[in-house]
Amino acid sequence: MGRIPRSYLINRVITLLLTVWIAATLIWIIPRLSPVDPAEIALGRMAAGAGSVANADEILAQLRASMGIDQPLLIQYLKYLGGALTFDFGLSTASFPTPVSQLIASALPWTLGLMILSLVITFVIGNLLGALMVWERSPNLVKVAIPAAMVFTSIPPILSGLLLMWVFSAQLQWFPLTGAYGLTVEPGWTWSFVQSVLHHGFLPAVSIVIVTFGFWALGMRGLMITVQGEDYVKLAEAKGLRPRYILYRYMIRNAILPQITAFALKIGLLVAGQVLVERIFAYNGMGKLLYDAILDQDFPVIQGISYVIILMTAVSVFLVDLIYPFIDPRIRHEGDT
Amino acid sequence: MTSTDQSPQTRADRATAKRMRRFDNPWLNPKLIWGASLLLFIIALGILGRFVWNLDLVFTGSTPLKLPPVGFENLRRQEGVWDYPLGTDGGGRDILALIIMGAPNSLFVGMLASLIGMSVGITLGFTAGFVGGRTDDTIRILSDVMITIPPLLILVVFQAAYGDVSLTMMALLIACFVWQSPTRLIRAQVLSMRTSGYVQMAQLSGASTPHIMFREMLPNLVPYLFGSFIANVTTSIVTAVGLEVLGLGPQRIPTLGRTIYEAINAGALIQNLWWWWGIPTLLLAVMFIGLLLINLGLDEISNPRLRKLS
Repeated sequence: MGRIPRSYLINRVITLLLTVWIAATLIWIIPRLSPVDPAEIALGRMAAGAGSVANADEILAQLRASMGIDQPLLIQYLKYLGGALTFDFGLSTASFPTPVSQLIASALPWTLGLMILSLVITFVIGNLLGALMVWERSPNLVKVAIPAAMVFTSIPPILSGLLLMWVFSAQLQWFPLTGAYGLTVEPGWTWSFVQSVLHHGFLPAVSIVIVTFGFWALGMRGLMITVQGEDYVKLAEAKGLRPRYILYRYMIRNAILPQITAFALKIGLLVAGQVLVERIFAYNGMGKLLYDAILDQDFPVIQGISYVIILMTAVSVFLVDLIYPFIDPRIRHEGDT
Repeated sequence: MTSTDQSPQTRADRATAKRMRRFDNPWLNPKLIWGASLLLFIIALGILGRFVWNLDLVFTGSTPLKLPPVGFENLRRQEGVWDYPLGTDGGGRDILALIIMGAPNSLFVGMLASLIGMSVGITLGFTAGFVGGRTDDTIRILSDVMITIPPLLILVVFQAAYGDVSLTMMALLIACFVWQSPTRLIRAQVLSMRTSGYVQMAQLSGASTPHIMFREMLPNLVPYLFGSFIANVTTSIVTAVGLEVLGLGPQRIPTLGRTIYEAINAGALIQNLWWWWGIPTLLLAVMFIGLLLINLGLDEISNPRLRKLS
């Protein structure tokens, strides 16, 4: 019980490695097929800065050599894969010569913080509301209000973000319009900085929560309907346990487990949604970094961000798959006899 | 049906009888109808709009700048005029003409991508479930792998490298990422159905494999397939809009996402030009709510236990 069979583990590890490898290869191969030459972009940027560039051909060859794109494709590919394993994506072309990994490392905590915060809130709220929709004893208001509110949860978070931003930042001016912390506060573990971070992070988090809780609520509703008819719930009622106790300890505890696997399927979309929310709020995370890199045609940064986010997604799915048999002993894997 | 001659004729009874008949056909549930009408509204806007409105107004500079919709006033105290009923944007384009051109584009990308994804998914899912063995393993692992890769991030790399793409090209690219969930769904259903009575009966009576797949099993999968199709349309549109809001996607065709992108970049939020980003946002919201309602309606068809609740 709970012990992970070796075949299952091997299967999951292979899936994880394949995912990362395929994603890394796609990210590498796509720009190689395009007619755009990164050396020419860099040269163009120089020319735009200086007015004109002497010895353009020599500089171009130099740039190609420094970017490593004068070597055979296979060697470039192997070097890239080696770099990807050690999170070395070369130097950013727009903010030369900062390493891409450094840019990503400074943006990552913001993205992770916002993501974990909004995920936890939305998971708790969504599952609770989904359970209340089915529970016989919840007030009628709940049964009417939640489905009505849930209609809005089909909207992607950029749209809700825009709306919240307009109402609360532009019109009412309760919250700051952009950024992850105020310009006047010094980053550090001081109270004013924490306060500023919370103040700036509130709207982005809310705009994610209000459009994602419905997904969990819907799933939970379906699972609760199944649990409702189970014998152990009938028995608990017959024993005269308090209804609230039955709801929390008997029904929700059993219904919530498959929701955790739903998380694994959903996380890719959640991450993509958050990248866009960060872009419109100009939040100092990966979304803003990605958007700036797109504007500057900064390929190493674009590749690095895509790779890191896909790696994060794949690793979380892998972890959910591994942890799941421990939380839900009902699950038995193939080969586990 | 035959009981009408002896049915009691109070109004309440008739209403109940009518409702019961209506619910006999699960495809006529109110959620499905509402959802479909919302989508039809957008399609109608796109088709009829082309006949009654002057679409030359989508060109930059064809109208005065930043006019509000009729009945509102902008920060420069200009009133909205009936020539441009939904206002104009900062580049001198009519918002009504923009949404008439843009709204069907988003829906088109979603439908096309999802349709291609569905066809691939049905083929792979049936193949995996029926053939089994190594083919099944390959398809299963491939769909497991692809389902964790967020399409947006790969497409960002693609479009940043290639620049402008056409709508069809964007749909094709998105389609590469929406075949996994139908594949998994159909594979699971095929595996569980393969041992069911009616399939074995068909096998015993000598039906061919394609016959069993498409005439016996496929009809039972229809509600699931529709549900999966609609979910994929939503995913595709979200991805397309995401690309457009990042400034990628088609550059020369008006799309709702690109309009929002331009509005954000021009600082429309601070200048209180709410109609510029708000109307495309509203239209997208209507589109997504319509798709969600259709999906909920389809859920009730494939899971009758849900019907009792609403």
